[in-house]
Amino acid sequence: MSITLSEKDNGYKEGFAGFEKTAPGSNLAWLKSMRQEAITKFLELGFPTQQNEDWRFTNVAPIARSSFDILVNGHDKVSASHLTPYQFEGEDVCELVFINSRYSKELSTLSKLPEGVIVKNLAEAIDSQEDILKENLAKYAEFKDEAFTALNTAFMEDGGFIYIPKGTIVEKPIHLLFISTKGENPSITNPRNLIIVEDNCQANIIEHYVSLEDNVYLSNVVTEMVVGENSSVGHYLIELESKKAFNISTLRIQQARSSNIRSHSVLLGGSLVRNNIHPVLAGEGCNSLINGLYMSTHRQHMDNYMKVEHVSPHCDSRQLYNGVLDGRSRGVFHGRIIVHEDAQKTDAKQTNRNLLLSDHAQVDTKPQLEIYADDVKCTHGATIGQIDENALFYLRSRGISKEASRDIILNAFTNETLKSMTLDSVKNYCTDLIADWFKQRELAQKN
Amino acid sequence: MLEIKNLHVNVEDQEILKGLNLKVNKGEVHSIMGPNGSGKSTLAQVLAGRDSYKITEGEIIFEGKDLLKLSPEDRACEGIFMAFQYPVEIPGVANTYLLREALNSIRKYHGEEPLKHIEFAKFAKEKMKVMDMEDNLLKRAVNEGFSGGEKKRNEIFQMQILEPKLAILDETDSGLDIDALKIVADGVNALGSPERAFVIITHYQRILDYIVPDFVHVLVDGKIVKSGGKELALELEKKGYGWIEEEKTAANS
Ligand SMILES: Nc1ncnc2c1ncn2[C@@H]1O[C@H](COP(=O)(O)OP(=O)(O)O)[C@@H](O)[C@H]1O
Ligand SMILES: [Mg+2]
Repeated sequence: MSITLSEKDNGYKEGFAGFEKTAPGSNLAWLKSMRQEAITKFLELGFPTQQNEDWRFTNVAPIARSSFDILVNGHDKVSASHLTPYQFEGEDVCELVFINSRYSKELSTLSKLPEGVIVKNLAEAIDSQEDILKENLAKYAEFKDEAFTALNTAFMEDGGFIYIPKGTIVEKPIHLLFISTKGENPSITNPRNLIIVEDNCQANIIEHYVSLEDNVYLSNVVTEMVVGENSSVGHYLIELESKKAFNISTLRIQQARSSNIRSHSVLLGGSLVRNNIHPVLAGEGCNSLINGLYMSTHRQHMDNYMKVEHVSPHCDSRQLYNGVLDGRSRGVFHGRIIVHEDAQKTDAKQTNRNLLLSDHAQVDTKPQLEIYADDVKCTHGATIGQIDENALFYLRSRGISKEASRDIILNAFTNETLKSMTLDSVKNYCTDLIADWFKQRELAQKN
Repeated sequence: MLEIKNLHVNVEDQEILKGLNLKVNKGEVHSIMGPNGSGKSTLAQVLAGRDSYKITEGEIIFEGKDLLKLSPEDRACEGIFMAFQYPVEIPGVANTYLLREALNSIRKYHGEEPLKHIEFAKFAKEKMKVMDMEDNLLKRAVNEGFSGGEKKRNEIFQMQILEPKLAILDETDSGLDIDALKIVADGVNALGSPERAFVIITHYQRILDYIVPDFVHVLVDGKIVKSGGKELALELEKKGYGWIEEEKTAANS
């Protein structure tokens, strides 16, 4: 029996009542009450409207209007060969595969990892690592003002669970691959990832959202990543949802003293995408690099909402987001930097550049600096423009064809956000995706 | 090699070049001098194929071909090189990448094999010595963060690599100190050959102490109003452009 969620006829409330009985960990009182608190909050908040300043540029009515099934099957539709296009050439990874957000043991590759490292699916960790979950789950990604996070927390079932104990260097990237398949009706998944990295560790984690078919669904993702002192973590988010899908994703990062994170987002798929990145630089001397590339076409809508919170002194954050917008697509970059009272000597920089390839594409960029400390350096800059005709002419005047010159300029623009990726295999994968995107565009223009 | 006949050019409905004639043969060095706004850069950009300039009348023949029918890239492949008065910054594109792409694109046009990385590196290294350039300028993004002098030197370096038949230098000497000026002049002279021609557009006669022109033309208000030998440049330096303009008004009245 499938559960259907919709705003009509109390669908979310009733759906939850059915869901919570059989949900993973339904026997655990703390989890049960967390879910109940979350659904109560969600019902109270409802989906955000554009009156809400944080959603000013993004209308989620298409989500609010829909009714979604919680898919319970789909595993039979996916085989190992379906995964190949989404794997990173030449990289030995540890890979967890989720189909409609439920773990597939058959398709996952749990290769050997250093001692003490735990990589498994959340539903299983609820049983085996209850203590760690109880201590961390939903402790960072707050839902009191966030409807989508509340919704995820109420309906979370599965996702990636990663635990890296003190002093461990994990060489192999950990790949969380989420595959959506088509159900009878539009469907909803609520992937929930919990990543705990203790002190003095090193790791790279890839979240990857893909679809096998061109169907309507909502991926409502929440990832909590807790990074211990002196640890260095690379996080990659690659979003390749179906052209009709909704993807709402929240990455909440908690950084301890002297930790160093690099967040890379590459958004290409989906009809309506919201990418929330929320690092809290909680200890002294943290470093955050927050880079992203969004490429949209047709009527895609891609909203990037950054909330970079400086809580402690001497932390550096660097944001660089580039957008390439074609067709009638729309991009949003809302970059908040919050410098709390104690965060003296903060050095925060934010850059958002947009390249419009069509007269009908549009982008809204909004920096928002909230500074409560007095000795800080915060800079931001945004540009929106077409391909630089002067640069194009310059290259052509040197003998390079018009098309090649265009490609050189575009590639330089997209590469700017990729070049800081330390995993070459992922960088190459993304480079190919981008090349493909331009190729599709060229084909569409020829027709 | 190059023949410009009765060239009229408009920018945004305003006529900038008003019937310009110029003939350049192989092996010659021409200098075009003129006051600000007289149309020197317009001429250079039109020769390179910039499409924001509208040619309303006249023709340009280059090596027997109708130049105005060629795209900017084909002109470069045919052997035209223009050193920009204001070289463009291209973030994210390495100088060496641009040059290799350009050179190989030109080679391809002539049915030649592309140069391999190593071959190109060796070739570039030789040319860099001539221009007294630091290695890291090759790796840096095209003109990004370059000083004014570095940008100009980079233009001449590109010219060295691409070895054009006709090079048009648009005020490459402006804003250079004397050492940089000498390097630029050396770079030009090093390419000098009976098969090649140069059009040196300049505001000051100073560079002509180092690159000796066969002809000097004075461009005023979109027309060449006087031509002569090297001595004309010296005379201009002494008397200023006002002298020519006065002469012109006198002739017209
Ligand atoms: N792209 C342009 N748009 C508008 N006006 C231009 C443009 N390029 C040149 N002009 C005008 O044409 C005239 C000649 O300019 P230019 O060729 O740059 O002169 P020069 O190089 O001799 O100083 C000037 O009056 C200038 O304002
Ligand atoms: Mg000029």
